[in-house]
Amino acid sequence: MTQTTLPPREKTQPVSAPPRGLSDRSRAERRLGWLLAGPAFVVMLLVTAYPILQAVYYSLFNYRLTDPGNRSFNGLSNYAVILTDPVWWTALGVTLFITVVTVAVELVLGFALALVMAKALSSIRPVVRAAILIPYAVITVVSAFAWAFAFRVDTGFVNSWFAWLPGISADTDWFGGQWTSLAVICLAEIWKTTPFISLLLLAGLAQVPEVLQEAAKVDGATWWQRMWRVTIPNMKAAIMVALLFRTLDAFRIFDSIYIMTAGANNTETVSFLAYRQTIARVEIGLGSAVSVLLFLCVVLIAFIFIKGFRVNLAQARGEG
Amino acid sequence: MSNEERNAPPADGSPHRRARTRRTLGCSAATLVLASVLAACGGGGATSGAPVLNWYINPDSGGQAEIAQRCSDASNGAYTIEVSQLPRESSAQREQLVRRLAANDTSIDLMSLDPPYIAEFAQAGFLAPVPQDVAQRVSEGVVQSSLDSATWNDELVAVPFWANTQLLWYRKSVAEAAGLDMSQPVTWEQLVSAAQSQGKILSAQGRRAESLTVWLNALIESAGGSIIAKNSTNPDDIELGLTTPAADRAATVMNTVANSGVVGPAFSTSSEDTSATEFESADGGFMVNWPFVYSRALAAVEAGTLDASVPQDYGWALYPRVDADKPSAPPFGGIDLAVSAFSRHADLVYDATECISSDENQAYYMTTNGNPASSAAVYDDPEVLKVFPMAPTILESLQAAANRPQTPYYSEVSGGIQREYHPPESVTPATGKRAQELISAVLRGDQLL
Repeated sequence: MTQTTLPPREKTQPVSAPPRGLSDRSRAERRLGWLLAGPAFVVMLLVTAYPILQAVYYSLFNYRLTDPGNRSFNGLSNYAVILTDPVWWTALGVTLFITVVTVAVELVLGFALALVMAKALSSIRPVVRAAILIPYAVITVVSAFAWAFAFRVDTGFVNSWFAWLPGISADTDWFGGQWTSLAVICLAEIWKTTPFISLLLLAGLAQVPEVLQEAAKVDGATWWQRMWRVTIPNMKAAIMVALLFRTLDAFRIFDSIYIMTAGANNTETVSFLAYRQTIARVEIGLGSAVSVLLFLCVVLIAFIFIKGFRVNLAQARGEG
Repeated sequence: MSNEERNAPPADGSPHRRARTRRTLGCSAATLVLASVLAACGGGGATSGAPVLNWYINPDSGGQAEIAQRCSDASNGAYTIEVSQLPRESSAQREQLVRRLAANDTSIDLMSLDPPYIAEFAQAGFLAPVPQDVAQRVSEGVVQSSLDSATWNDELVAVPFWANTQLLWYRKSVAEAAGLDMSQPVTWEQLVSAAQSQGKILSAQGRRAESLTVWLNALIESAGGSIIAKNSTNPDDIELGLTTPAADRAATVMNTVANSGVVGPAFSTSSEDTSATEFESADGGFMVNWPFVYSRALAAVEAGTLDASVPQDYGWALYPRVDADKPSAPPFGGIDLAVSAFSRHADLVYDATECISSDENQAYYMTTNGNPASSAAVYDDPEVLKVFPMAPTILESLQAAANRPQTPYYSEVSGGIQREYHPPESVTPATGKRAQELISAVLRGDQLL
């Protein structure tokens, strides 16, 4: 498959650059860089690294918040309990299902919306953009409540609106089964976060050089060919970054589950499992172990994206 | 700065003057905010003299705030009670309180606590010991189920405040048409066939939530059993009673009701509110629920969303029986007053609890907020009888009511039950064995919940 991208530019050494070593100026720049980023780095260590390390430490103990006197070290047995329990694997399966379904649908929808925004007449573009962004501005808990109310038997309107569809009647209990509950949860997630992905993709669309489009047009490429051979290859970095962010987000889904089903009918996700062990059962040790496993899953996803798909975060920001 | 402001001509022609005014305004606003923040932080400090007692309440219709005000006034300046609201769900209330008390939070003096959590709080050392004389005074004339709810290891650890219980609500017209004599105790089976014969709904709470434990506990206790057969403070030694004949009988009744075809749509997600809505509808027949449904219906009539004839058709009786020859054990709920062990004024707080739980305040709370009293004497109050025509039935129900299992590991026990006994349609006597194995494994730390 041929793709039309800009030819890689050969990086030539600037004539004035010294052959090796750092000039005073670049050394000063590097120091300034550290000075500017340093405080943020320290804050990140405090608010991110410290809780993570503490969770890792607690996960090695049998520790109940209401019974601190009986705290005892039990090595990796919390992890053994979790990894041999079907509850964990069910939660992981549900989480992966929600992640894959929502991210896939959001990518397609988000791309379509980004195209609409990019092509919209400049006079209505701000209106379109604002309208598309509204769901993203809604707080997740509020959106979860809105969707739950819409689908509930007693308060909902969905059943009466869609009663003409086969399988839906006035008494359809959406939250009474695993698949129907998951469908509503996924719908709510997709509605809420598609704008985020479409914004990231819109930024990517703007990066595709117009000259390439024109060149392809002159060569007689159809709209579809230009989309597949020009637009998408040139915004691969933006697509991958959007996918990465959304996948990490979707994997940690909590609010919708908490509001809509509270984990009933096998709709529990990994975050919800961690919440129930740590906050509801106050089993800090076991809950920390679940959280650490959740953290490892997230790290794994990020690693696969960055190494496996070669996402270059710097390039996506337009620095490459 | 808005456009109008930018375009308006300077009032006195001098831009400097305007900037100065704005700066002065800004400064005074900042001072005001700072002062109010300081005042809020300094509450109860040396400035006002009287200590401020912080009472963490469950959300209600403003009754606890009013009682706090009354008791502050009655203390003659000995203390001022301030209320802070906890989340709406009782599980969320517990989550917040446990976390803060585990961190020895001294800003909590008094808590409105749901009875199932009393044992956990007491065992963790979160509750200040009740002085002997106070214990004696606040126990006088209190219904037994409410006293039981505030007791752990044979000692009173909290002060009974209000006591809730579920009644059997029925539409008089439906019961009459079905030929059911409601002056006599009825069984679940009778209710099912009456609802089936009339094509009406029998409402109960099948949602995977605390209400499911409430229902199961009432069924098991009514059948003569208990969820916890042998109690212990050591999780490994707790013996469950979910495989006893009484538990089997309870499971059978639950299955019969859930599969009767008359429990209404979405039974596996129906809550107390769902039940109340179903009962208000034209299809309503029978329902087990807390007394709030009566004031809810009256409020709906007042708001014009419900026909006045509907609440007039409401009848009430004791909770249905599991076996015709055994009296039922209705669910118990309500709120106890718990004093934090980390309060700096525990003695004053116990004084306050005596005021809060006085018969007068309980009667006020019952008539205005609809929450039934724990003191039996309140049920003779003519004002209470006027607002709650079913008060004698509530009292009778409270005297027969059974508490949910009292254990420091309540969330494990209740959570395990909710996982295995849901959805109620799937419950069989074999469910008890599975639940028992799961809860035991969770208590031993061998399994997740």
